[in-house]
Amino acid sequence: MSELAAAEHGHDHYDPEANKLGFWLFLFTELLLFGTMFIAFAMYQDMYKIEFIEGTHHQNIILGTVNTIVLLTSSLTMALAIQALRRGLKTLSIAYMAFTIVCSAGFCVIKFIEWSAKYHKGIFLLNENMDTLPKGEQVYYGLYFTMTGFHAFHVLVGALLIIWVMVAVAKGKVHAKRLSFIDNVGLFWHLVDLVWIFLFPLFYLIR
Amino acid sequence: MSEDKSEHIMPVIGYVGIWLCLIFLTGVTVAVSFVDMQNLTLFTALFVATIKSTLVLLYFMHLRHDQPIIFYMILACLGSYAVFVILTYSDYLYR
Repeated sequence: MSELAAAEHGHDHYDPEANKLGFWLFLFTELLLFGTMFIAFAMYQDMYKIEFIEGTHHQNIILGTVNTIVLLTSSLTMALAIQALRRGLKTLSIAYMAFTIVCSAGFCVIKFIEWSAKYHKGIFLLNENMDTLPKGEQVYYGLYFTMTGFHAFHVLVGALLIIWVMVAVAKGKVHAKRLSFIDNVGLFWHLVDLVWIFLFPLFYLIR
Repeated sequence: MSEDKSEHIMPVIGYVGIWLCLIFLTGVTVAVSFVDMQNLTLFTALFVATIKSTLVLLYFMHLRHDQPIIFYMILACLGSYAVFVILTYSDYLYR
């Protein structure tokens, strides 16, 4: 409803609980989206155990671990940004969100380094060299690029949403008594973190 | 309801504590991956990941202090997911 109409009625229809429920419903669709890919991973991992372990050995565990820490830290600062705004500390909240965005950029840069290292070895989706690899490794890399690609896309979208929230907080549209927007973006960001918590061990650590 | 009620606010130190637990558990999974445990590797990796995601859900996503309905909705979602997993697995194992 427009602000003018809301003013005429003397109230608006802001309902944080309904907003939250609705956003959780959206998060469930995200869980099922990644969930189906996890099922595919589980089946193929069982079919091609040796090839999957071989694929894992080509992953850079250090970069993967650093990226996990970066993402967990960004999740912390996002939670702190919401907590700060709840306490009415606007500037601190914006600072935490700025740090969260730096972390998300760091995550994407590291992901880019990992992907380009593979690309230079001829390991990438639709690359001719992929045909020379054993079938199981092709499947492993196919799943790797698809799942981490989908995830990286979510990181990008999440970062854009956080920038949007920062602007809204700076303009005073989101504040201690109107938290739905920042709360829901926070939930989205934590979901991105949740997905990575499972992606990381499956692709890097099953050796 | 037209504005946010003053809900439970977890102190900063609480969030940092959860973050430290998450980092520690990440360290544990990475360390364990260098130990050859055959089939247990996958199990431990998933077990630790489940603990980590529970921490994120309860504290970062505030489930612990949210209305119970959200918790039940998540159970329903995970239940539906379990149905997909069981049906797919039964097809895969007995085809």
